Amino acid sequence: MKKSWWKILSVMLLLYTLVGGFLMNVPRLPILNETIRALYFHVPMWFGMTLMFTVSALYAIRYLRKPDRDDDIVSVEFANTGLIFGMLGIGTGMIWANYTWGSPWSGDPKQNGAAVASLIYLAYFVLRGSLDNHEQRARLSAVYNIFAFAAMIPLIFILPRLTSSIHPGSGGNPGFNGYDLDNNMRKVFYPAVAGWILLGVWIATVRIRLSLAEEKILDLEYEKNK
Amino acid sequence: MKRISNLLLTLLLASPAYSQEVEMADRMRADGKIYVVVAILLVILIGLIAYLLLIDRKATRLEKKLDENRRS
Repeated sequence: MKKSWWKILSVMLLLYTLVGGFLMNVPRLPILNETIRALYFHVPMWFGMTLMFTVSALYAIRYLRKPDRDDDIVSVEFANTGLIFGMLGIGTGMIWANYTWGSPWSGDPKQNGAAVASLIYLAYFVLRGSLDNHEQRARLSAVYNIFAFAAMIPLIFILPRLTSSIHPGSGGNPGFNGYDLDNNMRKVFYPAVAGWILLGVWIATVRIRLSLAEEKILDLEYEKNK
Repeated sequence: MKRISNLLLTLLLASPAYSQEVEMADRMRADGKIYVVVAILLVILIGLIAYLLLIDRKATRLEKKLDENRRS
């Protein structure tokens, strides 16, 4: 119970996000109207994805410095959860874009960048699936993971800022900070980001524990058969 | 086209009178129907989190079992 305080915190923050997100005041803005509340759900997906992929890349580096099967498992499962968050980010973004931009996909640099980054991470799992040897799989995918991370950051956070984009926060558009993330919204937005990230970490840790248990079972079987 | 819509947006935001005319779900709130939406979403969120908690517990049980197996 002592170790799970952050899980309780995550639940509390998410409950608050839901209630506050729908009932508290938001700025009255044209085009966005009431959909501005999607900010509390769409944006935390990207924050969550970025954090998961960062942890994944760090454990990939750790693995390459000193090969340890457990680090490989942590790296994979964080990449897994990160990809889920990214997919949810793209999905929610498309619904929101359909309403505010007039089309679910307008080939905006931010959308394209997010799609390419997701494909790069999908290829990470294809690479893992194509290798049978455990050590080889762990080593090659750790190297690829670092490449994927190094490609994801510019694709999502840098390139869209350098060109013309209709997404807030890039290509000459001010971010939500600029005009519409007022102090009322911050009261919900920051707890929302923390809550969703903690939920993602929770899911990732459960997956890691299950994978570690699976490996232990395989070890036991191997010892029995010796 | 993008530039024009951006310009329009900026102009709209700049006019103080406009902010009162923006259409929001005021009627829905006044009728109290927003609470229905919040209640439904709360049920789904609590349900999914409870399920995650059960999976978490199952993982703990599995870990304990494995530890016992190893010692024996």
